[in-house]
This record gives sequence, structure tokens and C-alpha cells, in this order.
Amino acid sequence: MGKKDKTMRKYLLRRFLTMILTVFFISIITFIIIQLPPGDYVTNIINRMVSQGASSPSPEDVALLRKIYGLNDPMPVQYMKWIEKIIFQGKFGYSFTYQKDAIEIITARLPASFVLSLSSFMFVWIISLPIGIYSAVKKYSVGDYVVNFIGFVGLAIPSFLLALVCLYVSYKYFGVAAIGLFSKEFQNAPWSVARVIDLLKHLWIPMIIVGISGTAGLIRTLRANLLDELNKPYVDTARAKGLPEARLLWKYPVRHALNPFISTLGWMLPGLISGEVIVAIVLNLPTSGPILYNALASQDMYVAAGFLLLLSTLTVIGTFISDILLALLDPRIRFQ
Amino acid sequence: MLKLFKRKKSVVAQGGDTESLQVEVASQWKLMWWKFRKHKLAMMSGVIVIILYLMAIFCEFFAPRSGFTNNSKYALVPPQAIHLLMDGKVGLYVFGYTYTRDPVSLQRIWVLDKATIIPVGLFVRGEPYKLWGLIPGDIHLIGARNTEDPFFLFGADRIGRDVFSRVIFSARISLTVGLVGVALSFILGILVGGISGLIGGTLDNIIQRIIEILISIPTLPFWLALAAMVPINWSPLRTYFMISMILTLLSWMGLARVVRSKFLAMRNEDFVLAAQLDGCNNMRLITRHMLPSFMSHIIASVTLSIPGMIIGETALSFLGLGLRPPAVSWGVMLQDCQKIVAIANIPWLLAPAGAVFITVLAMNFLGDGLRDAADPYQS
Repeated sequence: MGKKDKTMRKYLLRRFLTMILTVFFISIITFIIIQLPPGDYVTNIINRMVSQGASSPSPEDVALLRKIYGLNDPMPVQYMKWIEKIIFQGKFGYSFTYQKDAIEIITARLPASFVLSLSSFMFVWIISLPIGIYSAVKKYSVGDYVVNFIGFVGLAIPSFLLALVCLYVSYKYFGVAAIGLFSKEFQNAPWSVARVIDLLKHLWIPMIIVGISGTAGLIRTLRANLLDELNKPYVDTARAKGLPEARLLWKYPVRHALNPFISTLGWMLPGLISGEVIVAIVLNLPTSGPILYNALASQDMYVAAGFLLLLSTLTVIGTFISDILLALLDPRIRFQ
Repeated sequence: MLKLFKRKKSVVAQGGDTESLQVEVASQWKLMWWKFRKHKLAMMSGVIVIILYLMAIFCEFFAPRSGFTNNSKYALVPPQAIHLLMDGKVGLYVFGYTYTRDPVSLQRIWVLDKATIIPVGLFVRGEPYKLWGLIPGDIHLIGARNTEDPFFLFGADRIGRDVFSRVIFSARISLTVGLVGVALSFILGILVGGISGLIGGTLDNIIQRIIEILISIPTLPFWLALAAMVPINWSPLRTYFMISMILTLLSWMGLARVVRSKFLAMRNEDFVLAAQLDGCNNMRLITRHMLPSFMSHIIASVTLSIPGMIIGETALSFLGLGLRPPAVSWGVMLQDCQKIVAIANIPWLLAPAGAVFITVLAMNFLGDGLRDAADPYQS
């Protein structure tokens, strides 16, 4: 027992360190992206002031401003300052468009992103598990072919096109556009049971759209894994010993086939987040997608960077959790 | 080889069946082809993909008119259906248009006019063009016999450009962005994967960690971020290559992993050792001995990664962060569909979405078939 704990702890530690390293790496990439657009923070401020009618500041003032904002420091120092503020003060930098710190905009939007991604995630899991098992057990049946076909189609439709088609269908045939996460009367209302119900009424469409390709992929993986398992001799042995088919299926092959299933969940997360961002832009959902898009379009770099950083971190944490689940389920993983 | 030869001889001596004989002597590519041929869906998809690329190459010929000519007289006309029978005889035709005015908004409301019949022909002379900007011509695969007549199979857009022609013209960019991107990731994947797999040790470890990190990044937000940084005043060609590079940047890792695992598996094969003992240098060892033996696998993985790039370009251009007009790609065309009102009233502007769907589906099936065929010895 003690030995098992030790390997598990070691594995956890290693995975945790990788996670930190990944987030660090992503933060560097994000920082580089903020630096990419022409001009810096100070030129931005000046442009804004000039466009509002102020006279152009003298070169000395510009130099002073640069010094105040630390723009003369070498890149690594600037990076350290940026990341330090994020970690210790929770400040992501000033947003020009919104006239406040980026963190306020992010915290207003990120929870909805999280809810949408999480529900898509659940949707993927709940739908693909029974269908994948059915498809493997009833191999080459009509149902299997139908599932396969839908799976291929689901993989081939990019989520944002599906969202467009959904918009068209909902507007044309139901008279309402499937836009947003709340009805008008609940848009700015405080949280209540009625508001949650209203949210659920709107949530399912984007949830399905975001989850559909993940579902298709997962069904295929599960089917392939289960087919491999079902051909193994131990299944024949169990059957020969008279184990009821349902129990046999659930107790051994399904459990075994679930292993790659959970690791795929970790792999799927980047896709889900990507899908969430673009579908949200099309359907105009109050999640991070549209804000990230606007921030990038108007080069409001600190907001964009904050979203990039937090969305990626969310993904990395999700992958971390799925790896730990995997290690809990399958002791062999810990020794690799 | 000798063993093979002997077996062949004995089969001949026994008058054995020729089919198994063929399998014994067939080249790897021939075996692949035989296996691929059995996969009906993949064959069909392969044909569709070839047709799509032909359309992209010769789009001036396939499209009834250029994707840029606008005829504002016919702005926003709905699609026409091609009819086969004319007065009991076989003959292609479409109906013309007529319009009424909306009493409130005074906008034109187009309807198909069953009274006017516009004869349509194959290989008709129409709008003159220059194929690839070089070869002049005026023959179009399909078009109205009288060039002046309206012929809009997929309807027209806001300024009266033919959507059907534009979808075909878009194929040139949309289909090749994937190819350029895949070519880049192919080079990067083989280089990094090869180094990682051949040299091994610490370097391999570091490269693998980096790949792991890159894979865990959600692609789309970073694609958006990078694409948003491409200056607006860049020429379409420069933007095009930049977008391909951006798409590559976060998608070469899968290929690198495949290459690495193949190199690792192959490092201990006898023929590699033999080549090394014969004094092959590393470059020759890789290009002449190792690469050919898993080329088929790579081709399959490459085919499977093209659809992702096509979707990526479409998404970026759709959001206005990728290619911009006057360049025309499926994503650029879909920009017109961003407003709900547009989709509701002019649904034919969604036509490029259908093109993307067909392309991606066909490519997926083709890649699947290739992947199965890449292992000809596996039943």
C-alpha cells in the first residue's frame, strides 16, 4: 500500500511540474504575441489622446512616459513585471477599450466559457459512451452503419458552420435566432431559479454544436478500442463460464476500453475550447469568444493576452485532471 | 529475396494460382493500390478530391464566368435549377428572372419567371479569360448560350456576382492553403521527428516535452491572435503564405510524433544496420533507406491533416482575420453570412459551407482509406 502511494505521489509531482512548465511556456508565447503589433503601450496612449483632440506630446514627454511604463527595460524584465502583476496582484494590464483592468472583463466572461465547455464535455461523454458501446457490440448492424455515418459527418462539419446552419434553421422555422445564452428579460437580471432555467433553455444548442465533433471522434475511438478488447480470449473464457452478456461487457472490456477514453478527454479539451471560442463568436454568446475576437481586432492586447493565457491554462488543468484520473484507473501509467 | 524467388519457382512448378504469385512479387505501392481499391468509399472520395483539385487548377474553365465580374442588375437573385427537357426534347435550360417591388421597402423581390427560358450549353463560348493569367480562352464548361442571359446556379451575391463561379474560384485558395500548410508541416515534422527519433537521449526528451506542450494549447485562440497580427496592407499573396504558416505553427506536432515513432521502431531493423555497415552517411540512410519504408504512413497522416487546415483557413477568413477581399476563398465568401438577417433572407450565400463540407468529408474518407492501405500486409 505504501509503495503504491509513493509511486502515485511521484507521478503526481512530475505531472504537476510539467503542467507548471507548460503554463510558463504558454505565458511566454502570449507575451510575445502582445509585443507583435506595431507600436507599444505609449504610442497607443498617445494615438488615443491625439484622436480625442489633445496636441501631440513632445519627444521628451514620450521618453518620460516610456520610462514610467518601463518600456525601455529589456524584454525578459518586461515579461517578469507583467507576469508578476498577474500572479501577485491579479492584474492583467489596462484595457483601452473598456477603461479598466483586463481582469474585470475576463472574470465577467470566463465563467460562462467554463460552463459551456464543461457542459459540452459532459454532453460528449454521456452521448458517446452508450453509442460507442452499442456500435461495437452490434458491429456491422444497421445501427452501427448509421452511427458511423453520422460520426463521419459530425467530424467533417466545422463547428462554426454548424452554428451558421443552426442560426438559419432556428430563424427560418422557429422564428427566433438561436443567439445568446439568455432571453431578453433575463439578460441583466440577478441570478434566480428562473434565470438558470432560462440559461439551460439556451445552453443546449451551443453545447451540442461545440460537442458534436468531439462526440463523433470519441465514439470512433471507443468503438475501435472495444472491438480490440472483445476479440481477446478472456472474453471467450468468461462467456464459456456462463457470465451474463451484460455483466461480462461492463465488467471487463468496457472498463478496459475506457482507459484511452479518459486520456482522449484530455486531448479533446483544446478542441472544445477552440470550438467554444468560434461558436460563441457566431452565436454571439456572452462567453470569452466574442470579447477575445474584439480585443484582437482592436489590438486591446492586455485583454487578448489575459484570455489567451487563462483559456490555455484552463485546458492544461483539464488535461492534468484527466491524466490523474487515468493514473488512478490504471496503475501501469504511473510507472512509465 | 532468394527465398521469395524459390517460393515463386515452386508455385510455378505446382501451377499455383496466379493471384498469390502476384502478391509475392508486387511492389509496396502496388500492394497499397490493390488494398486501397477495395475500399469503395475511399475510392469514390479520391475521385471527388481529384475533381475538386482539377476545378481549383482550371477554375477559369469550370466557372461560368469569372468570380469577380459583377452584374448589379441581378443583385441577390435566387438560385436557378437546371432543367433537362425542353419541349419534349433533351436540352438544358434554366428559367429567367422577373421581379416585383416590396411595397414598403421598395426592394426588388426576385422570382423565377417560368415564361422566359434561357438555353444552357456545355463547352459554350462565354466571358473571355486568361488561364493562370497566361493562356487566353473563352470556353466554359457550362453557361448560358447567350452570354448576356442571367445564369446563376447558386444565385448571386449583394453586388450581383455569380456565387457558383465564386465557389469554384475560391477552391484555388481554400484547397491549396491546406497543401502549402501541410507541405510546411511535412518538412518540419520530418526534420524534428527524425532528429528526435534518430538521435534520441536528452534531445529527444526535450523535443518530446516541447511537442507535448504545443499540443495542449487550444489552437483556435492562438490562430486568431497570430492572424490578427498580420498587417492589413499586405498583398494577398503574402497574407496567404503567412496564414499557411500560422496554420502550420500549431499543427506539425502530430506528424513529428508519427515520424519519430517510425524512426524509433526502425532504428533496430536489420536493413538499417546493414546500410550503416555499408558506410552510408546519415543523410543517405534517412532519405534512401528509412523514409521510403514509411512514406506511405506519412502520406496517409498528411492527407488526414489537410482538412484541419482547410477548416482553419475558412474559420480565420470568415472572421475577417485571414484572407481579405479581393482575394476570394470559401471563408471570405462566408463573411457575408455573419449577420443573421443575411442568412435568413439569402440562404444561398451559405453555398461555400457546402463546398467546405464536401471537401472535408471526401478528404477524411480518402485519408482513412490511405491509412488502411498503407499497411498492405495487415488484413
